[in-house]
Amino acid sequence: MKRLETSLSGITLQNPVIPASGTFGFGQEMAQFYDLNVLGGISLKGTTGAERFGNPTPRIAECREGLLNAVGLQNPGVDAVIAHELPAVRKLYNGVLLANISGFSVEEYVMVAEKFDRADEIDILEINISCPNVRHGGMAFGTDPGAAQEVTAAVKAVTHKPVYMKLSPNVTDIAAIARACEAGGADGITLINTLLGMVIDPRTGRPIVSTKMSGFSGPAIKPVALRMVYQAAQAVNIPIIGVGGISCADDVIEFMSAGASAVQVGAQNLVDPFACPKIIAELPGKLDEYGIANLKDIIGRSLTL
Amino acid sequence: MTQGIYKILSNRQLAKDTWEMVLGGDSSALTRPGQFINIAIEGLYLRRPISVCCYEEGSITIIYKVVGKGTKKMAAMVEGDKLDVLVGLGNGFDVEQARGRKVAVIGGGVGVPPMYDTARRLKRMGADVTAILGFATKDVSFYMEKFEALGIPVLVTTDDGTLGRKGFVTDALRESGCDYFLACGPTPMLRALHRTGIPGQLSFEERMGCGFGACMGCTCHTLVGTKRVCKDGPVFPTEEVTFE
Repeated sequence: MKRLETSLSGITLQNPVIPASGTFGFGQEMAQFYDLNVLGGISLKGTTGAERFGNPTPRIAECREGLLNAVGLQNPGVDAVIAHELPAVRKLYNGVLLANISGFSVEEYVMVAEKFDRADEIDILEINISCPNVRHGGMAFGTDPGAAQEVTAAVKAVTHKPVYMKLSPNVTDIAAIARACEAGGADGITLINTLLGMVIDPRTGRPIVSTKMSGFSGPAIKPVALRMVYQAAQAVNIPIIGVGGISCADDVIEFMSAGASAVQVGAQNLVDPFACPKIIAELPGKLDEYGIANLKDIIGRSLTL
Repeated sequence: MTQGIYKILSNRQLAKDTWEMVLGGDSSALTRPGQFINIAIEGLYLRRPISVCCYEEGSITIIYKVVGKGTKKMAAMVEGDKLDVLVGLGNGFDVEQARGRKVAVIGGGVGVPPMYDTARRLKRMGADVTAILGFATKDVSFYMEKFEALGIPVLVTTDDGTLGRKGFVTDALRESGCDYFLACGPTPMLRALHRTGIPGQLSFEERMGCGFGACMGCTCHTLVGTKRVCKDGPVFPTEEVTFE
């Protein structure tokens, strides 16, 4: 199965498929459906300095080929994650673990990153500067190149682990943000987070999700995500994790062709808990069909076509 | 929790906008009354969570109200059609807590279905059980005869008095003399039941993403911390519930 292997900053993944943060909890629920060890990596639930309840419900709405969510970074806080969730997920999973970190200030990002830096269970720090569902934080850092660079550099200063910055699509120039992260010392970037969207009940005129506007994901956003990975891949020389609407092996091949070294599967986990193992199982047949020897060979091939 | 392809054995209308569907397939992931299943519907992205009315070996019965696109598509399905279903979701009612008590099984509208199997279990346990079924009006009432066939007292209330007594399930609960209850229904009904101070278990409804605890889409506050309606619930004991 070496033909599915890929790598991120010198860390080998047995395949490129990683469940995206926020769609997989800390692994416990999905482990009731399948053996997590088939996965290339796992990006854990976004974690902040203190425990957060998140937003009021309704947090979820549906749209054509996608969904909107405003969970709002619900998590038990970094200390509880390190004390309980990391040992628990490591009992189930031997592969690459990404801690996903959110914050409301540079200091909070740094504090959480320092703590995860000391956690042996974690391989990569993924810094979420793109959550659209909280005020005064998250996305504010991911929509301004200066702020993105500042967070990146501050986190890099406190860890030896690879730092991947998770970027927002809600910007006019994704290349500028990607370059700012690279300039700040990022080891890689993950993109895209959800698009800011909205659903309104046509009967009442009332927005369905409690926060009114919320994060849009699912197969409907794939062309946007793919375009942004393609743009970012031309702008930087660090590895990219592509994410946005992936639901089948062909999607994985498209993202890797556009320049992604690995991919994340998000919304699809929620409607099909077996989405990731199905995609992984489907990949070798697709490689045969397209005459591709190893998945690694196609990373960025579209950039020169 | 399991995923499987289920064959529709029957799909029939019970009352206005109210349908009963029997699915053929493995029911072994269901362990308690009050659990739910999550149904994938072609052309719609999210699954539809529907409470289980009752189950036997090899079949699962659900009752659903046609309220939107998903349930409208379900109502158009026929015997032999197949559905991708996640089975065995949620905690369900803990009927053992009712042992030795005079217990009311209370359903409001589309909250009535999970109470059928709950009442059946309690009756089989030999519990002193009374069913209290509340509907908005006679046109949307269903399953009274199924509850009566269990050989238990059945009290029916309607908001407009077109069937049974005019009033709310809380009135019937107080008059029944029951000292414990298990209930499923709309939030205002659950809130009113909670205010009676009678101990029991309440089954909640919430918009869900996944239905199996991964997305945190249906989180609620309780007196014992943050809980997911789909995974830690949908049933919570009254002493843990807060409507603040």
